[in-house]
Amino acid sequence: MLYREAGQFKSSYAADSAILPIRQDRIGLAIILAVAFVVIPLTASPYLFSAILIPTLILALAALGLNILTGYAGQLSLGAAAFMAVGAFASYNFVLRIPGIPLLLAFAGGGVMAAAVGIVFGLPSLRIRGFYLAVATLAAQFFIVWCLTKIGWITNYNPSGVITAQRMQIAGITFDTPAEKYLLVLTIVTLMALAAKNMARGNIGRQWMAIRDMDVAAEVIGIRPMRVKLLAFAVSSFYCGVAGALFAYAYLGTVEPEAYSLDLSFRILFMIIIGGVGTVLGAFLGSAFIVVVPIFLSISVEFLDNSLHLGVPSSVGSNLQLMVFGGLIIFFLIVEPFGLARIWQITKEKLRLWPFPH
Amino acid sequence: MIQFVFEVAIGGLLSGVMYSLVALGFVLIYKASGVFNFAQGSLVFFAALTFVGLTEHGLSFGVALVVTLVVMVIAGLLIERLVLRPLVNQPQISLFMATIGLSFFIEGLAQLAWGANVRGLDLGIQDEPIAWIADGTGINISKFDLMAAAIAAVLVTALGLFFSRTRIGRALRAVADDHQAALAVGIPLQQIWGIVWAVAGFVALVAGMLWGARNGVQFALTFVALKALPVLILGGFESIAGAIVGGLIVGCTEKLAEVFIGPHVGGGIEGWFPYVLALVFLLVRPEGLFGEKIIRRI
Repeated sequence: MLYREAGQFKSSYAADSAILPIRQDRIGLAIILAVAFVVIPLTASPYLFSAILIPTLILALAALGLNILTGYAGQLSLGAAAFMAVGAFASYNFVLRIPGIPLLLAFAGGGVMAAAVGIVFGLPSLRIRGFYLAVATLAAQFFIVWCLTKIGWITNYNPSGVITAQRMQIAGITFDTPAEKYLLVLTIVTLMALAAKNMARGNIGRQWMAIRDMDVAAEVIGIRPMRVKLLAFAVSSFYCGVAGALFAYAYLGTVEPEAYSLDLSFRILFMIIIGGVGTVLGAFLGSAFIVVVPIFLSISVEFLDNSLHLGVPSSVGSNLQLMVFGGLIIFFLIVEPFGLARIWQITKEKLRLWPFPH
Repeated sequence: MIQFVFEVAIGGLLSGVMYSLVALGFVLIYKASGVFNFAQGSLVFFAALTFVGLTEHGLSFGVALVVTLVVMVIAGLLIERLVLRPLVNQPQISLFMATIGLSFFIEGLAQLAWGANVRGLDLGIQDEPIAWIADGTGINISKFDLMAAAIAAVLVTALGLFFSRTRIGRALRAVADDHQAALAVGIPLQQIWGIVWAVAGFVALVAGMLWGARNGVQFALTFVALKALPVLILGGFESIAGAIVGGLIVGCTEKLAEVFIGPHVGGGIEGWFPYVLALVFLLVRPEGLFGEKIIRRI
């Protein structure tokens, strides 16, 4: 009843190929964007910005990148964090070594650098597939992080290896407070999500999906696997690279190799699996889930501890969190293997009829 | 100089045997159920921690070993029943992610039950060079490493015989070949999967005790799994022989690279060298040394 497309006619090709063909979707998205751009910056607390909103958005961007590679093009990768690291360090060096470079250009440069590295590590995908490829991408993870630690030039010969990121300044405006950083991140992420959505439903996206579903058949109908796979690696790494630069500049405030560990790669992979493989929406839902759940768990353990006076040592709390987190992931995979995005789809189907039974 | 090269190479080979031991756990499960079990490293950690925890509670070596074995077998069966069975027929990547979730769970559980302190594990084997070899040739070979290699060899032979000679082993291979065909000829699929997981738990116990005795029982044991991955791609996911040969290659080249290339580039290359080696190798032989060659059709 609430969510029904009856009576909405498309009278032009443009209307037919719109991103959101249903009016309710358009209204819904407009409300979400209005809340995100106007209401939240006015009301949210600095803690909410820097602990939840900013990391959720940035990691959603990385998840989007990985989703392009794994979800759309079907190339399993365990090295997303490494490409984020390339983006972060490249941006840092652009800002450091080219005086007066616009910050956004430095971020884009970081993305391009990550894309170049991504293409190199994507080359094996032309020969191997599946878990062999996944393990091969681990080579990127370990090798890149090692390089960033060992090559002094990249870290500007900083002895500690932890570099403070430069201040963010675009066209004379500085982004210092959490709310300002949030708005910058939100703008970049929104634009890149829009681009990803359009790529996914356009010519490139269909080629990726064809390669994913059956590469031999795709080749037969004239899709060039080498170009398409490497393009997927490049685009995916570009997204990860920009996300990595934002992660360093807007979230951590430091540029350090340790932040981009294998653990982060796994978390990003979790995001797309829990969110929904091969969906743009899923990257955001999954990212919110993976960022919020550990915070929620640690708060609830603390709360239980304080209210019941159990005196739980902190190590027990953190181990309990680990167990619950692992358990939740398994639970979600069993209950809904296609992720949160699928739950949203089912809800939409239900809403078409609600409150009537038929 | 040449002696030193030999010493490093032999040390690497022997530690490679320990890698193969972990890789073996992966291969067993991948062969039988197509699951890439990332939790194997956590199982190794869990087994070692349980064993040490039990001996600290005053149990004798033998009793603790038996109890741990029972725990590991039960853990394997529970994993099969509670995690893998509900996920049958899901895409491989979902299964893989589930095992990563599982590894978090097991790591949390192990440390919750036994604490996170680093502990020693004494198997009663001295970690010292074997005197007569050192005297005769000047090459130091650790007695412990040799014993570990021997234990691994026995285990692998036993598993090999189990797979090729027993009824259950043949059923296992049938399941690995084709689930549906195996079901059709009356092989109880779920029972077989239960057995595989139990055996994987047992292999994890052996690996955990050897690794624990070598490096101390600590959280870093879970990273042993990461060392086993390049072994797997070198040897092929489906091959037990591949796991062994891959382990030897990785162990040997990694040590040689660390000792002879490492100092020139700042050290610490052990972490990624096996991966890059495996990657280069894959470009030549995409299915690994002993992996099954896949013929692709439309």
